[in-house]
Amino acid sequence: MSLEKKERLLKISILRFDPNDPEDFPEMETFEVEEADGMTLYIVLNEIREHHDNSLKFDFVCRAGICGSCAMLVNGRPTLACRTLTAKLDEHITLAPLPLFELIGDLSIHTGKWMRNLNEHLETWIHDKENEMNFDKLEERMEPELADEIYEIDRCVECGCCVAGCGTIQMRPSFTGAVGLNKIARYHLDPRDKRSDEEYYELIGDEDGVFGCMTLLGCQDVCPKDLPLQSKIAYLRRMMLKTSMKN
Amino acid sequence: MKVIYTDVLIIGGGLAGLRVATGVKERGHDAIVLSLVSPKRSHSAAAQGGMQASLANSKMGEGDNEDVHFSDTIKGSDWGADQDVARMFTHCAPKAIRELAHWGVPWSRVHRGTREAIINAKKVNITEKDEAHGLITARDFGGTKKWRTCYTSDGTGHSMLYAMDNKAHEQDVEIHERLEAISLIHENQKCYGAVARNLMSGELVAYVSKATTIATGGYGRIYSVSTNAIICQGIGQAIALESGVATLGNMEAIQFHPTAIVPVGILTTEGCRGDGGLLLDKDGYRFMPDYEPEKKELASRDVVSRRMTEHIRAGKGVKSKYGDHLWLDITILGREHIEKNLREVKEICENFLGIDPAVDWIPVRPTQHYSMGGIRTKYTGESQTMKGLYSCGEAACWDLHGFNRLGGNSVSETVVAGMLVAEYISDFLDSKESDMTIHSAKIKSFVQAEQEKLDKLLSHENGEDAYVLRRRMEEIMMEKVGIFRNGIELKEAVDELEELLLRSKNIEVFRSKSRAANPALVNAYRTQKMIKVALTCALGAYLRQESRGAHSREDFPARDDENWLKRTITSWPDPQQTMPSVSYEQINIETMEMAPGFRGYGKDLTKHHPMTALREQKVQNITSKLEGEGLDRFAIQDAIMPFMDKLPKKYREINERFGENI
Repeated sequence: MSLEKKERLLKISILRFDPNDPEDFPEMETFEVEEADGMTLYIVLNEIREHHDNSLKFDFVCRAGICGSCAMLVNGRPTLACRTLTAKLDEHITLAPLPLFELIGDLSIHTGKWMRNLNEHLETWIHDKENEMNFDKLEERMEPELADEIYEIDRCVECGCCVAGCGTIQMRPSFTGAVGLNKIARYHLDPRDKRSDEEYYELIGDEDGVFGCMTLLGCQDVCPKDLPLQSKIAYLRRMMLKTSMKN
Repeated sequence: MKVIYTDVLIIGGGLAGLRVATGVKERGHDAIVLSLVSPKRSHSAAAQGGMQASLANSKMGEGDNEDVHFSDTIKGSDWGADQDVARMFTHCAPKAIRELAHWGVPWSRVHRGTREAIINAKKVNITEKDEAHGLITARDFGGTKKWRTCYTSDGTGHSMLYAMDNKAHEQDVEIHERLEAISLIHENQKCYGAVARNLMSGELVAYVSKATTIATGGYGRIYSVSTNAIICQGIGQAIALESGVATLGNMEAIQFHPTAIVPVGILTTEGCRGDGGLLLDKDGYRFMPDYEPEKKELASRDVVSRRMTEHIRAGKGVKSKYGDHLWLDITILGREHIEKNLREVKEICENFLGIDPAVDWIPVRPTQHYSMGGIRTKYTGESQTMKGLYSCGEAACWDLHGFNRLGGNSVSETVVAGMLVAEYISDFLDSKESDMTIHSAKIKSFVQAEQEKLDKLLSHENGEDAYVLRRRMEEIMMEKVGIFRNGIELKEAVDELEELLLRSKNIEVFRSKSRAANPALVNAYRTQKMIKVALTCALGAYLRQESRGAHSREDFPARDDENWLKRTITSWPDPQQTMPSVSYEQINIETMEMAPGFRGYGKDLTKHHPMTALREQKVQNITSKLEGEGLDRFAIQDAIMPFMDKLPKKYREINERFGENI
């Protein structure tokens, strides 16, 4: 790296809109920020808020790529802003909120509400009515490989990127989306969840579920956690098909 | 005025808050959780390395039990912890982890047979028993005698939080998301809920409840660089403080984690060193064995952070434009291990540093990480001075951690304290004591007071810029209330923070005048609160003339049990005060199970209390007498420091454990 390296002047265009203000209308606003070493969009947006416009709305929590709060469209592509290094982008960067979710303002969206509805619909928790737990006793055993496999797909952070990247959901808003299908795959894999194949079929065995997916697989392309969404959706399809044949 | 009534208001939707919610629900009480963010985004999710529970399933955990976990915790705390609380905690940790297993956490499991591991930079073979196959396994962490830290790869907090939130969902716990509690509603030393602000609409809501729990996590963000999520700003502690009634404990007890990446301060788990990673200096030299020949990289966190700082001060740091740092080398663990057990670390290295930790060394330095201090409570989680106000998890000073928390004990505390405090709250709700007597006019006055404060911030002209004040506060904490502290700098910190506090009364919200979602307004009122919290921390540190755990005074290097075996208690009885009130709570040696001793790091400089030797002798006498009579470890422990009757009945059973009590 040369010592006289000149920092770039980044042009950050942000889609601004405050739905709480009846007089406001959506428009792009551009800010200029001098790039620094190791700069992420988290740093850029905070700098804009602190030095240019303190009304700018966006969501960060962990700022480490762990919590899934900060998903947005970066140059049109859904991704986690906190771990996006500006060095990897052109000097003109456009930012917009993820589509499909309720807008709180500017880049801030209500993914939490959407995900909660989804979880409610799919009942994403362990269903085990018979097995009374006794926490004084040794825990139930689990094959180590199976535990690892469950963890692998339990890593979803509910950021919403797969939803924003989904072609199907654009046309069919009631579609479960990869985030929901992945959760069903997770619980189906887990022997602690006692739901039957038929019960799962009830949840996702239709066009709003796994049969609605057009296999465009934008979800897989944009998932920041590199979850194996493609193979999980394929697996669920086979499973659901089997269940429907059985009945 | 919008008023919402409930039995239990829980402020904070992380692991601790959610566990309280499910607990009180199960006992038939209503609960509402207020959360700044969707609960699954809480900072609990960022806990990487694991949760301590003495299951003793794995080979390297053999012989572990509650006694060993207790002793590690007390030593780690530098004898600052409440020993009853530590006993209750170590007894319940195995129950909590099994409960979470039942609720869906995919804990990593023991695999029978021989595998290779790295211990002290050498490859060793570890052979797991056939009978242990499939039970929950554990890894090594700093300051522990046994491998006790249970984990799911390095996403433990994530898995725990998701399972917990899902459980809360199943139980229909009401979650009010993007709501921030900004003051407590109280009368006659009794808490009746909180005034909360909707962060989307700006609306103020009075949540009126019989019991209120603050589970808002730590206050790391009063420092300019912290591993904490940006929402860990100490607002929970601040509203307790501003009540004028509730008290805070040991606010000066701040932990610095040895290995956060430079410059952004994101954590890389202690599991890196637990699994065999090394700390190296600018010459690639492994320096920790020189300082701590026994525990080396796996000494307690406070010790490692100090040794690293000393080593940097000795000129051995790696120069960078962001200041000096050291290296964390996990390359010796091999790619396969990293990609399976340290995958978050790998992602963080790739995304924020552009390096591959299977090949490259990671630039690290000690960074603010954990708040041992917090809302001072009884063992029941209830404030010592305000009826009906509870706190648990990192927000509280319960006091499990004293002056230094062991890695893996914090997520463990969240769920253990959560399940216990839920029972004590439920008992309180089942009693007449919880009957409400507050008038609606009184409730209204609390809402109005908050509305006036917000109006003032929005209408003020020619005032101060909140960002300027906040950044200065963060710098002061960083520079003068850090890893090594001294009287001169601490005095400067206290004086300057007091000045900032005065200036903060005059904050103006520039430009952004919206009453709805308005980040500038949020920053303004939070800054006012944060400066108060920073003052409790700096003043407590200035007054404490000794070194204990993470509180290290260059001008008072010895731990001084004779004068300072006590907790710092701060409060803010009069809103016009510009400095917190300070008092002290004695820690009684006469009832201790483990009298204060030497932790085993560096030279023993401790000024012992005369009572210590007497208590030690007494404990020894009881132990040898009862051992002679053939009593088991439980009976002996009970004779020395009984704690069982403090526990809720359902949690008193003895734990079954691999190879014990089966």
